[in-house]
Amino acid sequence: MKNYVIRRILQLIPVLFGISVLIFAVMKMIPGDVISGILGIEATPELRAQLAAKYGLDRPYVVQYLDWIGGVLHGDFGESIRTSAPILPEILSRFKVTAELTILAAIISWIIAIPLGVLAAVKRNSWVDRFVRVFALLGVSVPGFALSILLILVLSLCFNYFSPLGYVGFFEDPLRNLEIMILPSLILGVSISGSVMRMTRSSVLEVLRQDFIKTVRAKGASERVAIFKHALRNAMIPIITLIGMQIGSLLGGAVIIEQIFSLPGLGQMTLTGINQRDYPVVQGCVLFIAFVYVMVNLITDILYAYIDPRISYD
Amino acid sequence: MRRLGQTIRDLWRDPMGRIGMVGILLLIVTAIFAPYVAPYGPEKMIAMPKTAPCAQYLFGTDNYGRDIFSRVLYGARVSLEVGIIAVGIGATAGYVLGLIAGYFEGWIDRIIMRIMDILFAFPSILLAILVSTVLGRGLVPTMVAIGIVNIPVFARTVRASVISAKGLEYVKNAESVGVKTVSILIRHISPNVVAPFTVQATLALSGAILTEASMSFLGLGIQPPDPSWGSMLSEARAFMEQAPWMAIFPALFIIVTILLFNILGDSLRDALDPKLKL
Repeated sequence: MKNYVIRRILQLIPVLFGISVLIFAVMKMIPGDVISGILGIEATPELRAQLAAKYGLDRPYVVQYLDWIGGVLHGDFGESIRTSAPILPEILSRFKVTAELTILAAIISWIIAIPLGVLAAVKRNSWVDRFVRVFALLGVSVPGFALSILLILVLSLCFNYFSPLGYVGFFEDPLRNLEIMILPSLILGVSISGSVMRMTRSSVLEVLRQDFIKTVRAKGASERVAIFKHALRNAMIPIITLIGMQIGSLLGGAVIIEQIFSLPGLGQMTLTGINQRDYPVVQGCVLFIAFVYVMVNLITDILYAYIDPRISYD
Repeated sequence: MRRLGQTIRDLWRDPMGRIGMVGILLLIVTAIFAPYVAPYGPEKMIAMPKTAPCAQYLFGTDNYGRDIFSRVLYGARVSLEVGIIAVGIGATAGYVLGLIAGYFEGWIDRIIMRIMDILFAFPSILLAILVSTVLGRGLVPTMVAIGIVNIPVFARTVRASVISAKGLEYVKNAESVGVKTVSILIRHISPNVVAPFTVQATLALSGAILTEASMSFLGLGIQPPDPSWGSMLSEARAFMEQAPWMAIFPALFIIVTILLFNILGDSLRDALDPKLKL
């Protein structure tokens, strides 16, 4: 197991290197000149040269990349062109909001999806199963932003409820924080629960057909023991993989939900960076999100190998 | 051709498949004939702003007095155009890369798949946004950005099918009697890739339409005044209380379209690969 973990971590190195090169290259390919963006097109050549030197933009691309990635490895993501504030502390503070949104949404999706998926599999072809299948299909088909707009509309027009704007940290005021976060998390959670529900249903169905479940039943174990102790445990393997992959969708979905609910998360920071042409900020945010995504996938893989002893560690 | 006919018959026998096929056909016809079906031009200001839905303006008018029904119909055009071309770009590039990686294996496979891993390391909407910052905003850049996002999933699907098809007896026989590699790839291996590839393409279409709507909603995709469901929804946010119809109809069209593609994708998967039936 230890070797497997080390090998998986080593495999990440070229991927992370590739990600950083891709992000850097994309930022350099963006049309328009950063200096003109800041100073305007009428700036004198001296002023332009001064600013280019300040941000190191007058050096070869390779040197610029090495300088940037060297800084990143030492926890220095550079400075915002607009505000001159260091980028990493801002990313970390914004990430708290995105992480809270993502984690709450993931928990909500599991609470909805796993019990319903199991129920649908156990009561196959019943009305519960049909309901779950329709719900799951809607879940995978309704985009988070469309659901947000419709929900905001229904809540405001029918119930006179307006989702509170702004953000208060969980440790400052937990109740207010949950009041702010509950609607965006619910929307994000519901929008990914469809695929988790489908996976739970199909993998529990598959396990229930296997011989060892028949043996468990033949030994006189109750249906509850057969389902929860034996079937669900085995069915969890593909579900965990899917959940890991869903974190990517959640991080992507958070970009849009944060914008709708004015949450000061990493997604909002990235979009503001794009709109303000603050490329060091965009570069740092995208790298950070990709890094988190890759790390979550690594943890999922390790968990997968830990739960399923059939996976070879060699 | 016989297999295609059989697949369509299988789809028609499944009630969900029937709903998906008829719904999408209707959507395509609406998109193609939008100029004849829509009562007004999509950018034409024809009534008082924010007129509520009535017999004359079925879905009401927006904040500029444009007919929302007409804009939604033209929006179908944009969504399908972006979806089909983006998936076309992703599927073609993914197909070629997956075929090469799966058939030749070795270093070329490693290089291609590591690049795919790198593209896979981004949430899809984020990658699309990143690419569109280089390509710019509007119809063509959005198509290309979403197309690039779709390459890895097609490359992986095709590669997996090619690797399993390569081990088949008749492919080995073709290799041993000296059939040219290109001919093996096209005539003997490609037919094995068709089923998973088609299912993937249908599901990718709903994903591409969703990504376009999301990007336009964020103001990074199709730009106003071009009618896109995502940008219409984004514009509607400022008038939710005074004119809720501005949001309701584009949102419903996005949901129904993605639902129809998902229904068709599921039925197609059941028809082409019954082992995967949910």
